[in-house]
Amino acid sequence: MYHKEKSIQIKNSASALYNNLGVLRIAPRRLTYFTVVHANVVNMVSASWDGLNYSHRQLQSKEPNVATSTSLIMQAAFCALPSRDLLVVTSQKGIQMYESDGSIMVYWHALDTPETPTGVSSGAILVFDVPSKGSNITLSEVLEEHKESITDMASECSGSQECIANLVTADDEGNLCVWKSGEEFQLLNKIPGFDMSCSSVKLWKGTVVAGYGTGQIRLYEAVTGILHAEVNAHARWIYSLDIAPFSGLLLSAAEDSLVRVWHLTMTPETNSVEVAHLHNECVTDTQICGAKFCDGDGYAFAVTGYDLSEIIRYVQS
Amino acid sequence: MSSRTLPLLFINLGGEMLYILDQRLRAQNIPADKAKKVMNDIITTMFNKKFLEELFKPQELYSKKALRTVFDRLAHASIMRLNQASMDKLYDLMTMAFKYQVLLCPRPKDILLVSFNHMDAIKDFVKDTPSILSQVDETYRQLIEMYTPLSSGEFQLIRQTLLIFFQDMHIRVSIFLKDKVQNSNGRFVLPTSGSVPHGTQVPGLIRIFSCTGEELTRQQFNNGGNYNAALREGSFEIFGDRVTKLGTNMYSVSRPVETHMSGTSKNSAQHTKVSAAPNPLAKEELNLLARLMGGLEVEKPGNTDSGFRVNLFATDEEEEEALISRPDELSYGVINIQATKDQQANAELAKIMGEFTESGDQSPGASSKGDDLLAMMDGL
Repeated sequence: MYHKEKSIQIKNSASALYNNLGVLRIAPRRLTYFTVVHANVVNMVSASWDGLNYSHRQLQSKEPNVATSTSLIMQAAFCALPSRDLLVVTSQKGIQMYESDGSIMVYWHALDTPETPTGVSSGAILVFDVPSKGSNITLSEVLEEHKESITDMASECSGSQECIANLVTADDEGNLCVWKSGEEFQLLNKIPGFDMSCSSVKLWKGTVVAGYGTGQIRLYEAVTGILHAEVNAHARWIYSLDIAPFSGLLLSAAEDSLVRVWHLTMTPETNSVEVAHLHNECVTDTQICGAKFCDGDGYAFAVTGYDLSEIIRYVQS
Repeated sequence: MSSRTLPLLFINLGGEMLYILDQRLRAQNIPADKAKKVMNDIITTMFNKKFLEELFKPQELYSKKALRTVFDRLAHASIMRLNQASMDKLYDLMTMAFKYQVLLCPRPKDILLVSFNHMDAIKDFVKDTPSILSQVDETYRQLIEMYTPLSSGEFQLIRQTLLIFFQDMHIRVSIFLKDKVQNSNGRFVLPTSGSVPHGTQVPGLIRIFSCTGEELTRQQFNNGGNYNAALREGSFEIFGDRVTKLGTNMYSVSRPVETHMSGTSKNSAQHTKVSAAPNPLAKEELNLLARLMGGLEVEKPGNTDSGFRVNLFATDEEEEEALISRPDELSYGVINIQATKDQQANAELAKIMGEFTESGDQSPGASSKGDDLLAMMDGL
């Protein structure tokens, strides 16, 4: 179903962090940005679609103009907002936001010192107001619902306006919170975990898809919390999930060296969900830490692994 | 990242070091009483009460340089000497072994079982010496107190912190190559077969549920591997069957320990300097920890009757050759500490130094012994 394509070499190897691959497709310029975190550095590669041009950039996590040492990065992710795209980098010391090509840092938010954590590791979610241009970004809200560290969050990616819920957040105890955005964020539902960390979460057509440390994937109806499906998907801790919103393809990757492709079908009339397994890729002797589709149809996907200095790519045959 | 990683890193690396030294002492036919003294001295230093108090405080992981310096001191806590090349090799083996154990742990919490395997073996080394045994037992209690309440997510964070520490290390170890757990490119073999971790199901089942919670359908899919159900869980108590073999002693007199340097430089070249600016705080911590180790009552080496040298290589010539041919990027750059000057400046540390000595002598007497050792180290 998929075959391996030429890998992209990166300057450093990937660290073992959840969801350690960011992908942003820039169709007008026929290129794709990839980000991979290595300790305190974000490696960015801009790859042209014709495969001929690659340019590299490295970003470090630190306060601008301050000469203190850098801190370890937890995650780097692209946020596609209506009027602009941003690259958000979270580290032990704070949150940085860059223009999507990594050229300029537009915002820095310092987190409190580790002795009195009130940052994201305490379970708080920080909501920022981002203008369509410029760096006048402000902290607008702090949502305090989770008691454990936040591991991942996802917004509704189907593009449908009908979905009530548009954000899901996950924590280290496996608890999921479902929110509706607005002037203020409103908590719609809380889905309890079973003391097992949820490392990756996605929201598609009102369905939460969550990956857990036990290797299980569970699908819940976001607003009601009804469990639709449970998959014994991997033999080790799941590190990354992604959904191709136009086709309903689901990508899962874990420490067990396997990347799996599934197909999700929603039938709103019967309020049911189907999960079909389509494909396995084994990245030999590698604990996978990031896997993302490179386009909305799931025609191609990319994978990163711990200690691996390349982004491996697969394309549909 | 996790601030509770250092004790596990230290205890597991220390355990591996003891396995290797034990094997070399026997391979070199060092007299039993001297060998035992070395093992006892090192274990006593490792589990010193004040030292462990410092170690167990929540803190960032030390840099590679800082940790290497601590182990240098630990290895020299007795009458045994090691040349630079042997110390480098010892440290390579220790770190690759623990990296292997961390990577292969089926669940993050199993790192604690690996630590207990090391502790069990250390306890066995000192089973005839009640004073040291009680120190070891106390450490078990501290480990249990600190780590058993942690959640699986917190263990995974500890594991991720350790994996960042071990990132890009691909030194080939002959015992791993022979056992086919490491490839010739230095990467460890991760099998897609065997028992799944405790708490995980064998992959392959998709279950669909109705809105009322009844199971509607079950389907199987091909998991691409060859897995079987989880084994029983190992014991997290002071005594018990740990079930996992990771962290047990894989060396014996007949299995010599060799490392290969060539073929790793390609990978190392891609290693960016992780911290460009020196972190003054880390140096302070290093000073403290190294001082704690250096300030203990130990036999003064240089007494030719009791002191001896251990070689991690088969011959002296090999050791000499290894020192010359070690690639630059793999050198550990052990920090030399200017102990004398800093000590006067830092009263707090001097006070702790003073606390270390048994007699209640005031700082000058106690510190000068530490000074001597550190100054001697600096001169090496």
